[in-house]
This record gives sequence, structure tokens and C-alpha cells, in this order.
Amino acid sequence: MATRGKKAVEKVKVLMDKTERIRNIGIIAHIDHGKTTLTDNLLAGAGIISKELAGEQLFTDFYYLEQERGITIFAANVSMVYKYKGEDHLINLIDTPGHVDFGGDVTRALRAVDGAVVVVDAVEGAMPQTETVLRQAMKENVKPVLVINKVDRMINELKVDAHEMQIRLGKIIDKVNKLMQGMKKDKFEEWKLDATKGNVAFGSALYNWAISVPTMRKTGVSFNEVFEYCKQENMKELAVKCPAYEAVLDMVTEHLPNPLESQKYRVPVIWHGDEASEIGQRMARCDRAGDVAFMVTSISVDPHAGEVATGRLFSGSVEKGKELLVSGVYKTNRIQQASIYMGQERVEVSSVPAGNIAALVGLKDAVVGSTLSTVEMTPFESIKHYSEPVVTVAVEAKSTKDLPRLIDVIKKFAKEDPMIRVEINEETGEHLVSGMGELHLEIITHRIEHDEKVPIIASPPIVVFRESVVGKAGPVEGKSPNRHNKFYFEVEPLGAEVVEKIQSEGITVGKDKVLMRDKLMEAGMDKVEAKKVVNIIEGNVLVDMTKGVQYLRETMELIQEGFEDVMLKGPLAKEKCRGVKVKLMDVKLHEDSIHRGPAQVIPAVRSAILAAMLLAEATFLEPVQEVFISIPQNLLGNVTRELQGRRGQISDIKTEGDVVSLQSESPVAEMFGFAGDIRSATEGRALWSTEFAGFKPIPQNLFGEKVMDVRKRKGLKLEMPKASDFVS
Amino acid sequence: MLTFVGLGLFDEKDVTLKGLDAIRDADVVYAEFYTSPLGGKTVGKMENAYGKRIFVLERGDIEENAEEKILKLAKTQKVVLLSGGDAMIATTHVDLRLRAIDRGIETRIIHAPSISSAVAGLCGLQSYKFGKSATVAPPYKGVISEVPYDTIMANKERGLHTLLYLDISMRINDALRLLEAVDGKRNGKVLKKSVIVGIARAGSDKPVVKADYLDALKSYEFGALPHVLVVPGELHFLEKEALVKIACAPASI
Ligand SMILES: Nc1nc2c(ncn2[C@@H]2O[C@H](COP(=O)(O)OP(=O)(O)O)[C@@H](O)[C@H]2O)c(=O)[nH]1
Repeated sequence: MATRGKKAVEKVKVLMDKTERIRNIGIIAHIDHGKTTLTDNLLAGAGIISKELAGEQLFTDFYYLEQERGITIFAANVSMVYKYKGEDHLINLIDTPGHVDFGGDVTRALRAVDGAVVVVDAVEGAMPQTETVLRQAMKENVKPVLVINKVDRMINELKVDAHEMQIRLGKIIDKVNKLMQGMKKDKFEEWKLDATKGNVAFGSALYNWAISVPTMRKTGVSFNEVFEYCKQENMKELAVKCPAYEAVLDMVTEHLPNPLESQKYRVPVIWHGDEASEIGQRMARCDRAGDVAFMVTSISVDPHAGEVATGRLFSGSVEKGKELLVSGVYKTNRIQQASIYMGQERVEVSSVPAGNIAALVGLKDAVVGSTLSTVEMTPFESIKHYSEPVVTVAVEAKSTKDLPRLIDVIKKFAKEDPMIRVEINEETGEHLVSGMGELHLEIITHRIEHDEKVPIIASPPIVVFRESVVGKAGPVEGKSPNRHNKFYFEVEPLGAEVVEKIQSEGITVGKDKVLMRDKLMEAGMDKVEAKKVVNIIEGNVLVDMTKGVQYLRETMELIQEGFEDVMLKGPLAKEKCRGVKVKLMDVKLHEDSIHRGPAQVIPAVRSAILAAMLLAEATFLEPVQEVFISIPQNLLGNVTRELQGRRGQISDIKTEGDVVSLQSESPVAEMFGFAGDIRSATEGRALWSTEFAGFKPIPQNLFGEKVMDVRKRKGLKLEMPKASDFVS
Repeated sequence: MLTFVGLGLFDEKDVTLKGLDAIRDADVVYAEFYTSPLGGKTVGKMENAYGKRIFVLERGDIEENAEEKILKLAKTQKVVLLSGGDAMIATTHVDLRLRAIDRGIETRIIHAPSISSAVAGLCGLQSYKFGKSATVAPPYKGVISEVPYDTIMANKERGLHTLLYLDISMRINDALRLLEAVDGKRNGKVLKKSVIVGIARAGSDKPVVKADYLDALKSYEFGALPHVLVVPGELHFLEKEALVKIACAPASI
């Protein structure tokens, strides 16, 4: 049970060496389902925060902006000691953010853990984000247990009886199982959720109680008693008899794997190096004696120590003074401090063995996702997420003397948070910062001004578009400036399924051409073309359809460079392209490489592809979101009005009791300011969330206007570009 | 009228008298130095020697903006374009000439000595035994063009010599290293056993001509640019003698 202060630190130091007693876990949930409230319960149970505050303190929301807005933004690490069946266990809890704007953080946190506590609201049931985070957990081979939260609402708001309640709870479990079955066939039977197995708990985080079949057995409190306690609004007593943290942590310790068990099957999924190699074997064994293999899942800045790289140690031991290779930069950094977490504190220790979550100081070249190792090794699979930075603000320092500081700050943020993109507009000197949504960017600009004290002017948020094609065109000829080389391109749509697959699975042109071909074919690409894909960028592909062109190999790099150029700056308004299939049909080259250098090939390739895209009816795609809203019946009219005014298309309406759940697809651009407007339209009674739903064509009647908007913003000529601007 | 005037091998004095007449008679004199190195000339020296203002054009001026920069003027005025060596050796200019012809502009070429004929004399090889030429260019993103190497091999198979132009800023030593890299990749045997001739500053008062095997030549100091290379094919006994006596080749070849 609970242990506090110094003694707790000593216990953590002992436990980090007992790998079989470690549980690395995350809590994942749809927004507002109670993840933060539940976390507070666990921390209170471990004595890290006071019991009275659990439910209010929102401990893990330590960034004040999070508390202000009541949402979780940054993944924080907390460790606690929990006694189960007479033995102390070390529970490392990585908090995962709940807002869709921060989807990237969830996936990163999941890389570090072996088990996940899935929290689902008893009234709402599994929601789209439940599905998203569950899918990510399954992909990372992270084993789940289920907590059905807000059971009090079921009784007090939906007014169901004990029997009906059981049925409803059963349905939620079935739904989550069904989702899991679709996502993870190989482990489904083993991981299946089943109340009688004890891997499901029911409770109310707000009122600090929860039960599971094993705890009911232990405490002798029956399901019907629980129902009565709630009904009589005497949950205080219930919380004493059946504390939430006990039900949940018992379940975590019993059902979630320790690193020795989990690394065996997780390593092959998150690392694609040679399993038979020494490092591969050591990771699978979670061997503390071997070489270090560490994956960085977050970078934070400690005011005293500087940058702290936190992540999961899969093999070896980390200690002060060790030199670690940082993947991608071919540099080594020396560890200045090795530490673990106790509560929220970082505690320096002499050495941390494999299986733990460790925090390292001194890894200045590491970024989120880096692999750190003592030997050269294949890096861990990059962490994939589904959302993309689609909203941009231009940031400028109020005073030019602050410019260098501003650049440093933005660079630092981009390093901590891979979902931030930064570009510099050469013409205006503005920094274009892109993030996942309005809120994400608001937080970034807020932090620049208030935490970093750099006064800035930030433009209103704008959305980024993608350029694509509707039709087919070509072959279009591109001539090099010296007219000694000619390139022939065809352009056509790549197809939504292929784009989706490329983006969600991160398909690239790697060494394994067969794997790439098979994946592209699965999504419906033609076999011959799939085999000949030579470049994939931003959901566009370049296919080399030529046969036996002499010297093409020496020129291919340049052709790809021209292709990438266009895909990053499309023909309409220099926005990125998406879903374009570019086929190189024929090439005529000067024999001597001096006459087919970069200055010749790149412009020829660019102009041909730009023209071909315009001939293939180039169009704009805009980012869209799925919006999910629950509201009392009588407010439905206000909400639909609000959505329709924002070009939203309502795709689903469900009524249950007095509550209406509605789903709509809305352009991100139209959703700015939605939070405030929906609050006033519903007196704050709407529960809502959004999820990125990709890029969709903009309505024809807005096409010209939007293209011109972007051209104007970028200082381009205010004319619709034509193919003849690029080729004669 | 568009007149292509060759400037010859090295300095401002290598132009022919006919070329000089054309320059002096011109309304506008352009020069380009992106296809061949300046060698011993400067624009200032040329302007002094020829008594005419010279406008230097960039690659883009000729390849992309020829219409604006050159052809429009040439319709009504006498335009001269100066380039190193013989005027038409740079392939780009053929294209310019064709475009001028398409626009009904009269064109003319005034020849001057070219490195392609000078090398034969400088190292004593027989000019009719040269095969195809190629240019050694710096690698782009690590991709080394294999064309020069292939050209040498194809010529050698037929017993022919190969003239290798070097990219404008490239030195013999660097070019040899690139050839060696391709040779290594192919597991080649021929290049290492072959005598190679390096020539620096052809046409100057002190040209350097040195023949040796690859390994020795790599570290030979050739001095200032421009540089070219010749990889001989089968050698006639007179050629052998010439290489030893003129190009300081090892006596054992
Ligand atoms: N009635 C009820 N409300 C709860 C319960 N757990 C959390 N809440 C409330 O639901 C809202 C969202 O909870 P929070 O923990 O912030 O959710 P998160 O977004 O998943 O972190 C807050 O207003 C909580 O007070 C519960 O068990 N019962």
C-alpha cells in the first residue's frame, strides 16, 4: 500500500532492479472519459497526493495551461510503489494526453509501456478516440485492461436498474472486445476482456471507488450492494470499502506484463533489426548486462539540468559517463545523469537496468524517437501517428533583437514535440509554425510569450491545403535549359486507399522493395506500377515506367529531386501535394554528365510535372475533422445550426434517453473558434471532441477564392497558373 | 548577325586575326566562360587588347533567356559571342545557333585552336587515333558518373586514345580519384596498368605535360588550371617514344 517520501525513493531504487516487479503502463481514453481523474486516484492511493484532493487536483496536468483548460497536454511520467499479494511493485505510469490536437504524444507514450489501462465512460461507451488509441496500443503490442468509469452516471442520470446496468456494462465490454478482435487477431484470445477473468474494473473515479470480480471476492461487497450505495448517494462509504486505486492497481499488477515477459513479443514489433543478432537477443531477454538499447519517447527541459531525454531502456544499463550513439546524427553523447522517477520527481541514481523508464541528462543530440545505444544498431521503428500538422500561424518577434531568442525557442519546442513543424518564410522573415490544431498552436504561442518571455506577434491561424489532381494528363515533355535532355511525365490521381495506406503505415521506398510493392498492391495499386515506385513523399509517388534508358541511373537522383520539389510546392499555390501519381514515361539524355547536371535536369523535371498537374485538373484539398457532440435533446437545433454554419455535414445522429450524440464532418478552417461558440450555443452543456479525418477536395465554388487567398498570402502573382506558364 | 568567335587555348592573344576583326567590327560583344575556363585571360585584359567593351553572360542568359539577351539584338545588329577554344566545342552553342537560324538570323563561326586538337600535339599522340571524349564532373550527392570510365574502356577495346575534359574547376588529381573509385567498384584491372597523361595550361608558355601510371600521377602537382587528361589506348612505337621524350613517361612503358 501507500508509501511516502524518502522511504518511497529507497523502495523505488530497490525495485528498479527487480524487473519482474516492474509494470510500465499508460492510461488511454477518449477525451473526458476520466483518465485524469483516475490517475489522481492512483497517485493518491500511492500517497503521492493527498486523498482528499484526488478527483480535484489533476496532478498530472501539471502545466498550468492544462489546469486552466482542464485537459491533458503533455505526457508526464510518474512512478509509484504498490504492494500486491504481499510484495512491492514499481508502477511506472506514463500519462498520455487526451486532446486530439496532441495525438502524437499518445503514440509516443505507448512505445515506452507494456500495458494500457483503457478507460471508457459507462454512459458514452467506446468512442472514436477510444478506437484510435486502442488501435495504437494494439499496433505497439501493448496489452490492455479495461476500466469502465462514471458508473455513477449510469445509475443517477440514466436511472437504469441493477439488471439493466449489468447488461449495459456487458455491452461495453463486448464492443471493446470486438474492436480488439479486428485489430489484433494473434493475441485476441489471450488478451480478451472478461469480467470473470478480472481484467475489467467498474467504478467512478470522481467518487474514488471501483470494483472488479476479484476485489468483490476480496471485500465481500456484491454488485447489488454497489448499486445500492450509488443509488443512495453514499459513495463515500463505498470509496472506503472499495477504493478505486486498489481495484485498478491490483488489476494492473496481476494482468499487465512485466518487462521480462513483454519484451519477448514487443521487440519484434517495434524493432525491425535482425532478431538473431546479439542486441536483438538481449532486448528480447531484457538483459541488463549487455549493450544499451534505449528509445527516447519524450524530451523535456529541466531548469537546472537542461534537456532531459526520457524513454524506455530495452537492454543494458544506463549510468553516468556512458557514451551513447544517437541514431540519425551519427554522434555520441555522454550521459551526465541517469535518473528514474518517483512520483513526479526525477531522482538521480547510479545505474538504471533494462526494463525501466529512465531519464537521461546530457543527450543533447537526441530528439523524440531517437534510438540511443552503445553499439551501432538498427534504430527502433519510427513512431507512427495518424494526425498531421494542418494549422499554421506566422510568428514574428515584436522586437528584432529578440529574433535569435525566438529562433532558439521555436527550435527547442520542435525538438520536444515532433508534431510541430517550423518553416521560415524567406521573403518575410516570419516563422511559420504548424501544429495539430488551433489549441495546440495557442499553447505554443502562449508558451513563447509567457514561459520564454519573448514578445511576439502571431497571425490568426490558417489551415494548410494540399494540391492534388482530378484527371489524367500527359505525357508532357520537359526540356532542360540547354535543350539536350527531355523528360516525359504522366500524372494521375493515386487513389484514396493508396494514400491512406502510405500515410498510416508510413510506407517508404526502402531496401525491401517486395514489401513496399505488396503493401501498395494491397491498397489497390497496379502490380507493375507498384514495383516501379522509386520515390514516395507526402502521400505522392513517382513511378519509373521507362525501359533501358542509358545513364538514367546517374540522373535518377536529380529527377527525384525535381519531383520532390514539386510535391512540396505544388503548381497552384506552392502548397504541398497529396495523392498524385507521377509516372516517368521516357527520358532522352545527353551522354556526357556535364550536360545533364542539376541545373539542367531539375528545372526540366519540375516544369513538366507542374504543367502535367495543371493539365490534369489540379485541385485543392482541405483538412477536415470528424466532430462528435453529445447534448441534451432540446439543444439539438442550436448545435446543428452551429455546425451547418461551418460547412459541417452531419453524418450520424443517435438518441439515447435525453442525450443526442451527433457526428459531423467539418473543414478544419471553419472550426476555428468553435469551442467558444458551441459553449454559448449550449450553455456549456455540450460534450464534444474532434478527430483528424484527412484531406478532402474543397467545394468547386470555393476553389478559385482559396487558391487566390494562399497566393496572396505568399506574395505570388494573383493569377490562376496555367500549364503554358511552365512548358512551351 | 550572330558570330561565334573562338578565343583559342589560353590567354587573350590566342584569338585569330579574323576573330579580332569580327570583335572590332561588332555592335555588341558577349563572352561566356561557363563552358571553358578563363586560363590566362581576364575580361580586363581582353578589353584592353581588343579595344572593345565585353559583356559576360551567365549560363541562364544563354540557355534560358537567349531570346531576350541575344537573339533580339542579333536580328538587327552585329552580335559576337566569345568562348574559349573553338567556338562550337561547347555543345550548348549548337542549340543557340539553331535557334538563331530558326529566327532567320545569319550566323557565322570563326575558329580558333581547340584543346581537342592541341592535346595530340602536346603529348605526341596521333590525332586520328582518338576515340570518343567525355567530361569528368564532380559527383552529385555521391553519384559518380560512370560515363568517362565507360568511354575509356570502350575506346581501349578498340585501341583508341581518350581525351577527358575536366569540369571547369576540377583538378587532374581529383579526376583520377573519381576514375579510380569507379574502377574499384568494377574490380577493374585495365586502368591501373595504363599510362595516363595529364596536361595543364595547354597553350600557355609553360604547359605541363606528364605521363605516368595512375598511382604516381595521382600525387603529381600540375599547378594552376585548366587541366585535361588523356588515357592512351594502344601505343604505336613512335607514340611511345614521344610519350617518354615529350611527356616524361617512365622509360619502361
Ligand atoms: N460523474 C462522474 N464524472 C466523472 C467521473 N470521472 C471523471 N468525471 C468528470 O468527467 C470530466 C472529465 O474527466 P477527466 O478526468 O478530466 O477526463 P480526461 O479528459 O479523460 O482526462 C471531469 O469533469 C470529471 O470531473 C466519474 O466517475 N463520474
